[in-house]
Amino acid sequence: MCGIVGLFAKSSELESSLGEHLAAMLSQMSDRGPDSAGVAVYRDPAPDGSSKLTLQSADRLEDWDALGRELEKAFGDSSEPAVRGNHAVFVVGAEAGDVEPWIRAAHPELRVMSAGRMIEIYKETGRPERFVEQFDLASLSGTHALGHTRMATESRVTTQGSHPFSTGLDVCLVHNGSLSNHNRLRERLRREGIDFQTDNDTEVAAGYLAWRLREGASLEQALDGCLEDLDGFYTFLVGTIDGFAVLRDPIACKPAVLAETDDWVAMASEWRAIAELPGAEDARSWEPAPGVVYAWERAKV
Amino acid sequence: MSTEAAETTAVEVVDLSTTPLRELNQRLHDAGSDPAAPRHWRVVHPNGAHAVAAGLDADVEVEVEGHVGYYCAGMNKRATVRVHGNAGPGVAENMMSGRVLVHGNASQYAGATGRGGLLAVNGDAAARCGISMKGIDIVVQGDVGHLSGFMAQRGRLVVCGDAGEALGDSLYEARIYVRGQVAGLGADCVEKELRDEHRAELAELLEHAGVEADAGDFRRYGSARQLYNFEIDNAAAY
Repeated sequence: MCGIVGLFAKSSELESSLGEHLAAMLSQMSDRGPDSAGVAVYRDPAPDGSSKLTLQSADRLEDWDALGRELEKAFGDSSEPAVRGNHAVFVVGAEAGDVEPWIRAAHPELRVMSAGRMIEIYKETGRPERFVEQFDLASLSGTHALGHTRMATESRVTTQGSHPFSTGLDVCLVHNGSLSNHNRLRERLRREGIDFQTDNDTEVAAGYLAWRLREGASLEQALDGCLEDLDGFYTFLVGTIDGFAVLRDPIACKPAVLAETDDWVAMASEWRAIAELPGAEDARSWEPAPGVVYAWERAKV
Repeated sequence: MSTEAAETTAVEVVDLSTTPLRELNQRLHDAGSDPAAPRHWRVVHPNGAHAVAAGLDADVEVEVEGHVGYYCAGMNKRATVRVHGNAGPGVAENMMSGRVLVHGNASQYAGATGRGGLLAVNGDAAARCGISMKGIDIVVQGDVGHLSGFMAQRGRLVVCGDAGEALGDSLYEARIYVRGQVAGLGADCVEKELRDEHRAELAELLEHAGVEADAGDFRRYGSARQLYNFEIDNAAAY
């Protein structure tokens, strides 16, 4: 079992209180996944030519300011670190494709949780309610967000094994279910140059999506490919810079509920998470059909 | 919790945003052996809670005002439970008798393993509706998902809309009626002639569920009974 939540704001009012709603939804899914929790929040886009990275340190006393100075020296420009729990977000005056390898080389002790222009990923082991407090989720604004509460079945309970998994710039994945062909697929994807940090099955699905997107597939094509290439149970929620997409495997054992009002679109493993949202009682609500991709995108300006 | 004395029949209102679920269910269970207990109950703010009004064995009517989560009205006996919203997975699972009515949609395995009573769903039911049903009657006004009626042993499954893939897979003696399209029949499930006695039982079921439909518009499906005994000619397949 695991819990999934997703929230897409359709009004500016909801954008400003996105974190508060996300926190309430995630807490409701706590008993579906008491091992660890995580969120991806899309917010405050980095300026053109800049990128945003979320870093995590096992050392709670990490000197993020010193890292900020190093980034400034290396790339000419870096924001002050925005620290939440043992994570810090930096906006750096260079493309993510340049900054990320630099961090991995210069600071192998740090983990790059996410990279892109809008995405921020926070995740940690422990009870979801505690995670919500530790990372002060309620204070986050944003356009859309995904969250996950984990009950581990396939691999160890670690920060890195927690969801969301980054699947490339501004793309991430959360998963309820278990994959059975992940070992073979991981080897195949490694030969394609996809890098894996853990023995986790969801990371393989994330790697698969990253590979398909890299090879030019649209998000919808990449998700359709999951139906062919992934064996196992899954309800996936995929976050992109513009919105999110939902896919359930054709057997569809893992639950999912979608709901929409004039102010938001929400996805969750169970209604009780969506019931936390304003106006939920009057929302249009339905169960996504198996093997069908559902996607919401912000209108591109 | 309060009692609305103004109505001719007193309705016991329980607000699940302030009352623990266990307290509600305990009171409903106690009503089975207490003649003085309220007969009409109204549950407000269910907010997707699990196991609302599960395990009842009482002549009570329960109106649930909103969406419920897993296993609402599971194991129901005698009671009438109406959900004015959507129901999560396993609504009326293993129902013994009574009536469970879902005004919205029902999630997967609605009425699973049910032994008696009526489950009526006004909207759609998702995958595995009536899986392993053993005597329950299920009437769905909308569509049902894949593998509905899987290994169904007894009872009737009526689908006024369409049915998904593998309908009635490995079916025993349950009878299935579908008005719309069937995406595919499961192993050993075949279409059978709709005779007068079937039209009559279907008309009765539809009326019982409060559905206006013409029994003559339905097709009947049942077991070909080819999986009942081991075929020695198939030994090589194992």
